[in-house]
Amino acid sequence: MTTTTATGRQAPPKTRTHPMSVGAWPLLFVGPLLIGVAIFYYYPIVSNLYTSFTTTNAFGGDVKFVGVDNYVDLLTRPDLPSALGNTLLYTGVVLLAVPLSVVIASMIELPGLKGRTLYRMLFFMPYLAMPVAIAQVWRIFFNGNFGLLNQMLKAIGISDPPYWLSTPGFAMLAVAFFGIWSSIGFNVIILSSGLKGIPPELYEAASLDGANAWQQFSRVTVPLLTPSIFFLTIMQVIGGFQLFDGLYAMLGPTNPAINESRSLVYLFYNEAFVQQNKGGGAAIAMFIVVLVGIVTAIQFWGQKKWVHYE
Amino acid sequence: MSDKTRRVLATQVRYLPAHILLILGGLVMLFPFVWQILMSLSTNAEIQSVPPQLIPEQFMWSNYTDVFAKIPFLSQFGTSVLITVVRTVGQVVLCSLAGYAFARMRFRGRNLLFGLLLAILMIPGQAYLIPQYQIIKSLNLLETWGGVVLPGIFSAFGTFLMRQAFLSMPKELEEAARLDGCNPWQTFWRVMLPLAKPSLSAVAIVTVLWSWNDLLWPLIITSREDNMPLSVGIATLAGQYSSDWAIMMAASVMAMAPIFVLFFSMQKRVIEGLAASGVKG
Repeated sequence: MTTTTATGRQAPPKTRTHPMSVGAWPLLFVGPLLIGVAIFYYYPIVSNLYTSFTTTNAFGGDVKFVGVDNYVDLLTRPDLPSALGNTLLYTGVVLLAVPLSVVIASMIELPGLKGRTLYRMLFFMPYLAMPVAIAQVWRIFFNGNFGLLNQMLKAIGISDPPYWLSTPGFAMLAVAFFGIWSSIGFNVIILSSGLKGIPPELYEAASLDGANAWQQFSRVTVPLLTPSIFFLTIMQVIGGFQLFDGLYAMLGPTNPAINESRSLVYLFYNEAFVQQNKGGGAAIAMFIVVLVGIVTAIQFWGQKKWVHYE
Repeated sequence: MSDKTRRVLATQVRYLPAHILLILGGLVMLFPFVWQILMSLSTNAEIQSVPPQLIPEQFMWSNYTDVFAKIPFLSQFGTSVLITVVRTVGQVVLCSLAGYAFARMRFRGRNLLFGLLLAILMIPGQAYLIPQYQIIKSLNLLETWGGVVLPGIFSAFGTFLMRQAFLSMPKELEEAARLDGCNPWQTFWRVMLPLAKPSLSAVAIVTVLWSWNDLLWPLIITSREDNMPLSVGIATLAGQYSSDWAIMMAASVMAMAPIFVLFFSMQKRVIEGLAASGVKG
């Protein structure tokens, strides 16, 4: 990356053809984006922080500065532990998508495999699907009374399967299953392009050394994929902490289990836009920001131990 | 049988376990779509029957027409198309302009501004939502497609991708264009932008997908059925008529169909674009 200095080597020639070359052009190119970004991202982040220290009436008027009250309220909320626990449970379960995707991608990219394009397309389809639309199918699949899952469980002798979507912990597992199903396709695409970057000679060398398929997978493929795996883990964790669509789609605001099954973002949505408590909502948003920041920082710190960069 | 076919066959036989696992996994991926189409043609009784009846007795095409009676589907569809097109076009224009400047123009504060732009991506979106909502409200854009589109037009991520694309292009082209008397705009528009088409389509693809499927932001901005895009419309339908499964399935099938048609017709580009973008919605 070149650095910007006022005395840069050969400042871009003040072209004979156009006098505006240096001065106004960058502004014209960058300006529209930066104005929008300032209004819709920079101002909001500051404003959100400020809002988290205030209260208003239900219509957003009568703003009062209340210090850290919203944060104290948040940390003493009786439903915070369950929202945090649900989010962690969901994130933890959804992380299973990463190893699953590694296995699937390495099968799809086997040299000389027929039907690769079809397989790729099949695994990719869920990524295209509108979450709230395809979730309707999973709602029926997990339905306690007539759902396919419970009918299958009964058929194999489990007489009393849970009502998945209306029992708090089980509801989270069902939503997490949906999360895994939705995210494999994207993971496979990223891993496939990582796999294509592994030189075939490495496999030839490994098989000359007598390594079997499993050893080639665990000693060559996985170590060389660790940068992609790390990237996907980061994305999957951030995505897990942001759970909203899948939960809202699978349970919906009228489900009796929703109060026990909220994620942090659902808590935020409910506080800020249903209860109309903007100060409290802003504090939840800051809580999520800090939490995601800490978890991501830990992952970056931990990567030294397992990610191989060439 | 030629030697070559024999070798291919032998390889596939050796890969049999992989084929079996991939087919099983692929069916798990495919099944909900097939099942949803079947349910969209069933009666509610068939959907809820024990033991399950996956194939309907007769196809209930009327479920599809019933959707139009239950929700303002056409207007929601139109809203979805509108916000997706405007957001995508807006983003492609703004991101390629800014990406080009960040890659190829020298100006004071360039690296600082670019760093600040990337910082946006590090912060979870909830941190912006309340103030964004208040801005949209104060602009009197609640319940409008403009309110749904506006913040999403400005994308740090798209700018990042476009900058990468322009960085990788040979400098000589620009020199040549300048010697031919092009001003920076002409250089960008006639020489550089056409070369950036693969990245442009990557940005467009990702934006179309996010915009069409997005739920939380339009849910906050629109509350009247006539103003909603399809994602919010389906969620609302699911909340209101929670036992009218067949119609919900028909509405869902119609809501997802355009994305599938679009993406299957340009599947290679989609996959390459997403691989290049390395991003997740």
